[in-house]
Amino acid sequence: MSALTQSTPGAAQSAAAPEKELRPPSYWPFVVPALVVVLAIIIFPWVFTIWMSLNEWKVGSSTTFVGLSNYLRLTSDPRFIEAIGHTLVYTVLSVVLPLVFGTFAAVVFHQKFAGRGFLRGVFIMPMMATPVAIALVWTMMFHPQLGVLNYLLSLVGIPPQLWVFHPATVIPSLVLVETWQWTPLVMLIVLGGLAAIPTEPYESAQIDGANLWQVFRFITLPLIMPFLFIAGMIRMIDAVKSFDIIFAITQGGPGSASETINIYLYSVAFSYYDLGYGSAIAVVFFLLIVLLAAVMLYARQRMLWTEIASDA
Amino acid sequence: MTPSQFNMRRINMRQIIGKISLWFAVLVIVSPAILFFLWMVSLSLKFEVDNAAYPPVFIPEHFAWKNYADVVASNRFVTYFFNSLIVTGSATALALIVGVPAGYGIARMAAHKSAIVILIARITPGLSYLIPLFLLFQWLGLLGTLVPQIIIHLVVTVPIVIWIMIGYFETTPLELEEAALIDGATRWQVFRHVALPIAKPGIAVAFILAVIFSWNNFVFGIVLAGRETRTLPVAVYNMISFDQLSWGPLAAAALIVTLPVLLLTVFAQRQIVAGLTAGAVKGG
Repeated sequence: MSALTQSTPGAAQSAAAPEKELRPPSYWPFVVPALVVVLAIIIFPWVFTIWMSLNEWKVGSSTTFVGLSNYLRLTSDPRFIEAIGHTLVYTVLSVVLPLVFGTFAAVVFHQKFAGRGFLRGVFIMPMMATPVAIALVWTMMFHPQLGVLNYLLSLVGIPPQLWVFHPATVIPSLVLVETWQWTPLVMLIVLGGLAAIPTEPYESAQIDGANLWQVFRFITLPLIMPFLFIAGMIRMIDAVKSFDIIFAITQGGPGSASETINIYLYSVAFSYYDLGYGSAIAVVFFLLIVLLAAVMLYARQRMLWTEIASDA
Repeated sequence: MTPSQFNMRRINMRQIIGKISLWFAVLVIVSPAILFFLWMVSLSLKFEVDNAAYPPVFIPEHFAWKNYADVVASNRFVTYFFNSLIVTGSATALALIVGVPAGYGIARMAAHKSAIVILIARITPGLSYLIPLFLLFQWLGLLGTLVPQIIIHLVVTVPIVIWIMIGYFETTPLELEEAALIDGATRWQVFRHVALPIAKPGIAVAFILAVIFSWNNFVFGIVLAGRETRTLPVAVYNMISFDQLSWGPLAAAALIVTLPVLLLTVFAQRQIVAGLTAGAVKGG
């Protein structure tokens, strides 16, 4: 909030020096209705969540201010700590796999072939389809006796799996769905990057007789790195928060084997109606996402510096 | 055979192999999507006997069209469809009404830092909006109506619209607007008669993405919707847990829910791709 009110006039003045008469404050009326909405449904919940997290706040009973004790309770809550582990495993797999497949798909869609536009539309259908609807169909496909996936495995001689019905395979199975669903987004972002690459490096590589893999590894990959980074960042934010797929397929089960932070947060807030504790989880969860984003930014900076260092 | 002829033939062979491997690669990457949705259609058109068969039946001898008829006839399905229509329609319309001018204002004031709020909103888990707003709606006595869902869907639609419109208005030319201002038009008139008509493609992108992400939203509904106020995704989820155990009608229901979005994806893919690559915003 403070960022908004304080920065706006300053940023506008500095940017608008040549055509000052066209600039603020006269554009404010355009922004005010949206500002009211954003204050009410976005900023009010942020502030109120922090306040609630400092209270013992259960639906149907009175509230008491308890300071940081909800946060202290988190540090010794085995279910929460377990959920962090599940979330991290789920997130890492759900970032890496779509990045690999999405990059491959983007390289393919960057070529010219008949029906490319239509097929690209088909390719992005998984990410636009209603998550609950596709979760339902995946649940049927995962069925150990009647599911089509075990039939497909039997065709290539692999024994039937329990998929989402076994603690050891539930997270990889859910990651399979998540990867199927979100590879298209990575593809679109990387495709945008490929469109911006100049053709000269490819021409000289062809003259030098580089093979396809060498061309990809030493020319394409470094040039699309910034786009891969953005795709990875967006994927990380979405995978950490993944809810619909997990909730609709396993509800965090079997047992608590696929209970991520978001699923646990839902249980605490809306099954046990422990809103104060739920708010504390929400705050820590948000900070965790910011932390992961910061780590990724830091890793990216480090990578850039090593590149510069090795060039020198 | 002279060396040059040999070379020609080699190049031809290489081109043919290249074409074949390209088509093979295309097949590999689009088949998970195609096979999944074909299987979904297959499940929805089979009687229980065929859905429980092993090895699985892909194309049944008799199509179970009655699965669709059953879904539409049963369980207040029509009510839930209109609930979805009202919630998505209202949340998208309201988001466009406040979001398009806001995007314009922010772009013209070059108030880029205000977009940080949108970015943080993008990072925040949907459930953390739900807890305080749930209490607020309870105090206001709104639970049991569609109003809470319309309001909370704005959390999804408003950031999408503002984000896309900032980006779009930054690319539209200023000269026309300045000329209109010099001619004595008010800023509102400039917006209404100069900027807005040029921005129609951008508004289309914002509209389509807002509709899709609001239509698909599930998490807000499971908390806020009562028996009469469910949207389609929530209704389908409840079918799994309570009413339906047979696969045919379930798959039919799932397909009906997501069909509008799939059609929109195929027919408006140009706008969707433009919007997603511009901002890559997903709500909730």
